[in-house]
Amino acid sequence: MKLLLIAAITLREAARRKVLLAAALLSAGYLALFALGVATQFRGPHAPAVLIRQEITASLLQLALYGVSFLAALLAIVSSLETVAGEIGSGAIQALATKPLPRWQLLLGKWLGFAALLAGYVAVMTAGVTLVLWLGRGYAAPHLFAAAALIWSEALVLLTLTLWFATFSSPLASGVAALGLYGLAFIGGWVEQIGALTGHPGAVRVGIVASLICPSEELWRRASYLLRSPLPGASRFTPFGVASAPSGAMVVYAAVYLAAILALALRHFSCRDL
Amino acid sequence: MAVIRAEGLYKFFGSKLAVANLTLEIAPGEIFGFLGPNGAGKSTSVKMLLGLARPSGGRATVLGRPLGDVACRARIGFLPEHFRFYEWLTAAELLRFHGRLAGLDRRTARQRAAHWLDRVGLAAHAGQRLGQFSKGMRQRLGLAQALLHDPELVFLDEPTSGLDPGGRWLVREILREQRARGAAVFLNSHLLGEVESTCDRVAFLREGEIRAVRPLVHGALAAAQGSVPVEVRAGGLGAELLAGLAPWAEVVAWAGDHLRLEVRREADLPAVAQYLVAGGAAIFAFTPRRATLEEAFAAIVGREAGL
Repeated sequence: MKLLLIAAITLREAARRKVLLAAALLSAGYLALFALGVATQFRGPHAPAVLIRQEITASLLQLALYGVSFLAALLAIVSSLETVAGEIGSGAIQALATKPLPRWQLLLGKWLGFAALLAGYVAVMTAGVTLVLWLGRGYAAPHLFAAAALIWSEALVLLTLTLWFATFSSPLASGVAALGLYGLAFIGGWVEQIGALTGHPGAVRVGIVASLICPSEELWRRASYLLRSPLPGASRFTPFGVASAPSGAMVVYAAVYLAAILALALRHFSCRDL
Repeated sequence: MAVIRAEGLYKFFGSKLAVANLTLEIAPGEIFGFLGPNGAGKSTSVKMLLGLARPSGGRATVLGRPLGDVACRARIGFLPEHFRFYEWLTAAELLRFHGRLAGLDRRTARQRAAHWLDRVGLAAHAGQRLGQFSKGMRQRLGLAQALLHDPELVFLDEPTSGLDPGGRWLVREILREQRARGAAVFLNSHLLGEVESTCDRVAFLREGEIRAVRPLVHGALAAAQGSVPVEVRAGGLGAELLAGLAPWAEVVAWAGDHLRLEVRREADLPAVAQYLVAGGAAIFAFTPRRATLEEAFAAIVGREAGL
């Protein structure tokens, strides 16, 4: 299957161009720092009560995975923005697009390659963070697989947006646009949280509109909601708080959104002149 | 059956006309030269025939299939202008990858890659990354990439750009091999020498439009329909003798042993020579002057065209 040849060479490019190496080294550093933080957390004469410890540990998990989701989003954008737009610019795409495989397979193959890369990244990082907390605190995180899948989906939304932009604009413009949407969704999420906490339905609506435009942040909030401490009402107003938890419908919307953007990208890439 | 048949292809970029009324037919085993100055629409024409760009109008078939047909691309090879590809691949990996994409199985792709690396003189650089290749080496690799699946139709867009004389000879040799194998070659070029030395037929393109299509015989333009200028050096020429040439030719200039004629049809050349000999002229030279490709280019396309 030629689609898989493209996916494989996309992964190989990540390995060959030292993307994997850089990601692995920095991830190791990230996990080491996190382990250090966890290890030093409850030392000393003023160790808090057990319930509070539990609460803090749950927040630590959210904090660490928030970092992972942010890095995965950046990796999705940065690793993919060069591939389509850059190859159109350099003309390398011409040698590929004249081979006997439909153009949509060419783009979908690349998408699959990056999706696999991101899956590996999110899996390794989630496993690392969880392991640190389990070994250091004996804390078993709830809903880990679902949370990892949601973080991966967030990265996939940004990957797909970047590839779509890259079918009609320069690498730089594609990256800036995808990052801009990520930022928009981020702020929208905050506005929604504050609105929910302070009882402003207008603010909540603004947040919902932002997440309809780009559902990346909502996917993280859903993950964060699953990872929250089981204690009711604890640590609501933190970056990981979920005063207004995204519903399952929002996850379905994100899936439809992702499929629609991917279809747009494949369609546009198939029709344009190269 | 024609490998390429195009009828009135048009391409507009916005309101700018890039290719107008492209109509041509190319036979199997033919090397077809597509000549024109930069910006004449050569690359755009090739892109339309390859399905990389959508025509704004007109119809065409390539290998009997409509433009954009995916399956028939397995029988087509293409060397893009200024061939560039992933810098991080080695030469051997690049060829194997393209072979696999063209539909070869893993083993065949490996064998063909090795064969073609050798054929284009890069066997010693098989494990070297593209990023370290010179322009000429990339071009050789691009040529190998276009040919390693034995396509029936090959498009080469400025194949000798960046090549040294050795590389140019190699391209010529490979083109002749392809013709001998029965493949048709569509050669885009603005280098007259390259076209002259390899092509069977040449089309002259200007401002997006084919201005003329001429067959080439042994590197020379076959005579057009018109008259043929002939230079003669001969002893024993006389006014009476020359007056007798009237049925076939016109005397343009005559001074001593030197004579310039304008023979009306190429077919009349033997008759003219026989008449002169029979009339007692001692012929030292009898040279029909056929237009060179360069003269034809200048006449058809013009000297100043191109950007």
